[in-house]
Parts: sequence; C-alpha cells; structure tokens
Amino acid sequence: MTEKILAPTHSSMLNYYTKHKLLSFVYHLIMIALSFTMAYPFVWAVMSSFKTSGQMFAGNPLTLIPRPFTLINYERTLELLPFGMFMRNSLVLSLAIPALMILFSSLCAYGLSRLEFRGRNFIFMLFVSTMMVPSHVTLIPNYLIVSRLGWIDSYVSLFVNAIFTGVNAFNIFFFRQFFMSIPKDLEQAAIIDGCSFAGVYFRIILPNSKPAIATVAILSFRTVWNSFLWPMLVINSFEKMTVTVGLQYYRGAVDNSAQVLAGVTLAIIPVILVFLAFQKYFINSTINSGFGGT
Amino acid sequence: MSGMERIKSSRQSGGWRRCRAGGLKRREALTGWAFVLPELTGFSIFTFFSVGYSFYISLTKYELLSPPVFVGIKNYARIFRDTKFFKYLGNTIYFVIGLVPTVLVISMLLAIVINRKTKILTNIYRSALFLPCITSTVAISLVWIWILNPDIGIINMILRAVGVQNPPRWLESVFWAKPALIVMRIWQMSGYYMMIFLAGLQAIPDSLYEAAEIDGASRRQRTFYITVPMLSNTTFVVAIMLIIESFNIFEAVFVMTEGRPLGSTNTLMYYIYQLGFQNYNMGYASAVAWIFFLIILGITLVQYRFRREIIV
Repeated sequence: MTEKILAPTHSSMLNYYTKHKLLSFVYHLIMIALSFTMAYPFVWAVMSSFKTSGQMFAGNPLTLIPRPFTLINYERTLELLPFGMFMRNSLVLSLAIPALMILFSSLCAYGLSRLEFRGRNFIFMLFVSTMMVPSHVTLIPNYLIVSRLGWIDSYVSLFVNAIFTGVNAFNIFFFRQFFMSIPKDLEQAAIIDGCSFAGVYFRIILPNSKPAIATVAILSFRTVWNSFLWPMLVINSFEKMTVTVGLQYYRGAVDNSAQVLAGVTLAIIPVILVFLAFQKYFINSTINSGFGGT
Repeated sequence: MSGMERIKSSRQSGGWRRCRAGGLKRREALTGWAFVLPELTGFSIFTFFSVGYSFYISLTKYELLSPPVFVGIKNYARIFRDTKFFKYLGNTIYFVIGLVPTVLVISMLLAIVINRKTKILTNIYRSALFLPCITSTVAISLVWIWILNPDIGIINMILRAVGVQNPPRWLESVFWAKPALIVMRIWQMSGYYMMIFLAGLQAIPDSLYEAAEIDGASRRQRTFYITVPMLSNTTFVVAIMLIIESFNIFEAVFVMTEGRPLGSTNTLMYYIYQLGFQNYNMGYASAVAWIFFLIILGITLVQYRFRREIIV
C-alpha cells in the first residue's frame, strides 16, 4: 500500500490499468471455464448420440467427435418407440395446458383484483395458501379421484392437475399483482362507454398484460414439457405418452446403452431451441416472476 | 364524443337510472363471482377436497382393490416404528443440508459477479448458466449416469488424470452416491436461483453505490456492506424455495439410483411414491405424506418467525 502511494502517479496509473486488465482477464477465464462446464453435458450428450457403442465403452469419454459417425442410435430409437409421436404429444400439451392455465388464472385474478364483492379477500387468501401445499399431498387423492372419474389414460387428467392445483395458484397471485398495476381510468372510461366487465377483461386487461402473459406462458411451457411423475402415473398407452415419460420407458428397454443418448437428444433439443429463440423472454420471465424487487 | 351521446341516450331510455349505485354493485358482485367460479370450482375438487381426502385416506387401510377400512391413527403410529422412514428422512435432510447453503452461496456469488453492463460475453455466460435448469431432470439425469460412471465416466477420467489412484465409485457407493446426486443438483439448480438474485440486484438503487464510492469504500466493502444486506429479502425467498425444492428431490433419485445402493439415496418423496404406487399402500403413503408436509410447513413457519426477528 505504502509503495503504491509513494510511487509516481504515472506508474501507479499504469499499475491500476494493468491490474484492472488482469482482473477482467481472470474473470473472463473463470466464466468461460464455468460456462463450458455447464454446457458440456449437453454438448457431450448430443455428440455422443452419434457415436457407436464401441467408442462409447472403449474410447476416451472426453472426445467429442464421433468416430465413426453413425445414425444407428437414432434408427434404433425410432424403430423401438414412436419418439416423433411423443414429441408431438408433448408439444400439443405444452401449448394447450399453459393456454388454459392462463385463461383460468387470469379470469380469476381479474375478478379478484378489479371487481368488488363480499368474500373476495378470503377467496384470494384461500388460493394463495394452496401455494404452500406440496404436490405430494394431493398426488394420491388426485390419482384416486381421476381414476374414479374414468380419466386414467386421458389428457383430461393432465389438464385438471395443472389448472386446478398450486402451480396455477401462483399464476393467479402473479396476474393479480400485475392487473393492480394497470391504471383504473382506462376501464372506467370503457364502462361509462357501455362496455361490460367481460368486455373490459378481453379488450383492456388482456391486451395490456402481454408481458405477464408471456412470463406465465414461458414458465408453464417449461413446467409442462418437463413434468414427469403425474403423466407417468396417469398415462399408460404409448400413443398418448409424452417425451419425458417415453424416455423413461425407453431407458428401461435399452438399459441405458449409447442409444439412450439419442432419445435424450430428441427430448432436450426442442426445449433448448425454444430457449435460444426466446432467450431474452425466458431470462426476463424468471426475473419477473415476482421475486425481484424488495 | 360517442361517450357523451351514449350517456345521453342511456339516460333517455332509463338505463342510467337502472345502473344506480345499488344495482351496479350487485351486477359487479355477480360478475365477480362469475369470473372466479370456474377456477374456484376446479380448485375445490382437485386441491381443497383433495387435501382433506388425503387426510381421510391417511386414517384408513386402503390397498386400491378393496374399499378403504378406517383404522384411526394406526398409520401414524406405524411411522414411529418404521426405521425406513427415519433413514429416508435422514437422507432427505442430508440432501437439504448439502444443497441449500451451497446453491444459495454459489447462485448469489454468480449473480453478483455476472451483474455487469450487458455485453455479448456476459449474455453468453448467463445463458450457459441458465441452460441446465430449463431441461428436464429425467433427460439430464440419464446423461449424468454416464458422466458419473466409475469406469468410463468423464469425472473419474479427469480424477485419474490428475493422479487420484482409486476414484470413488459414485452412484454405486453407499458413501458417495448422495454427494454425487448433490453435485448434479447443484449444477442443475444454481442457474435458476442466480437469475432470481439478478432480479434482486436490479432493485438496489445505484445512488447507494455512488455514495459509498465517494466515501471511499472499496469494491469488496461495497459488496459486503451494500449488496449482501440489500439482497436479504431475495435471499429469504430463495432460501424458502430452495428448502422446499431440496426436500422434494425425486426425479434425479428415480432415474439415477432408484434409492440404491442399500437405500442410501432413498428420500421421503421417493418413499411415498414407492408405498403408494409400487406397494399400493395408499393409506400409509398418505400418512407419510402428511408427516412430511407438516415437517416442511414447520420449517417454513420457523423461517418466517426468524426473519421477523432479524428485521424488526
């Protein structure tokens, strides 16, 4: 410290500059190493899905280049199980379930934030308190209810378990927060102009809530695409299976040989593509999900 | 313009009188219920009734094929004699203690370090760190089985290269299976919580840092005396989310170990699944679920109390 103070200004400036440069260099070095570690399992899985079993078991696991390059893992995978169909099922569900979740939760949140009626706050507290109930408490009773209603192996059971449980209670909470930030003047003007409450919801509230809707849509897409336990329990036939559940069955069938990685690649690539395409929204949606701020 | 006309016309037709305060209020209340009812009805069945039903099942002997038989608190009494339950509770707590502080510190550190003016490189780091948490745990666990393979896995390859003679057998070892799962979960979870901390950082006003800089505070001082204390609310939320998520560890166990070796990675969540859907012992499984629920609830309430004491 003393040396620094005694040193001529010119060289201390230089010192500062080089020190800053050095720190920045170290920072980037560490971050690149870290990013590499984070991404490596994905890269490795995708590259290894083109390797032969021989290379998988005898070769160096650090080599990323498949030698020889083969598509046999994919051919076998698609021969054994209808992965195309699984992906279509997952995609349809990951779009339809979030859409209905948004519709139900935003309707409810509008009622709870903008319309005055007795018992409103009590109902809101009731919804919020269910966010504390872990899914394993409702797992067994909901399975029994769904089987009593004859919804085993039907998509209805996937819908109701997403729309009417704690996950969507969070969305109600989130939408309510957002709706309260929309100025009331707009709606009052519309109501004076003879617009109904439903009209206000569809023409004013929804168009003004695009960021909130995007956030919930993206988070729900991720949840539904990756959901595992419930779909595994209620969906039995291969024609209706989703990718994650199909992958688990496939893994049991081929005993985690190199072929599994072809299935893994098929399961993760769509989500990664969606992530890269909507990266900005994805990251913003996590930031927006109500935990920021104070 | 049209608004005025409409008011005029409605006044002429008597509509304005009908919509006086009382009528409008009733209409508003009815519409309010109409908006809330669809969600409330479904919730009544699949959450409120379900929670009560779960408690009822926990008081019965119910093996799916025959109708439930009421047995009182017998299932709960059985839990206290169940050595497996306590072993798996211990495992679950091991995971919670292994995961919560580590992920909390790592994700906060990453957020503070990465919180810079947006540059291309920083964006790339951010995406890379976030990548693991968007992909399904099932798929990524299958990849980690390869990575942790004691003979041909990457981790042991590297350990051998740096001179470790007998690297751990990871998922096959009673001692190392839990740490292996913890490493995998840290890798997967940190990015998500980093994002939440980043959100918290955006909310700290720049003026605080400027004032500190004028007072001559170093970068380290600014981090410890401004950033960390200002993040206390976010830290609290992250801690609660992390504890709940760590208690519920299931998919990684399901795919990677199925509770093996010798039940050393079996968790309460996996035990509930085994009891309910492999042994079809719905009554006992529900009782375990309820005890487990009460434990998590208790911890969360203690946290709230603890926090109030810190702040007030």
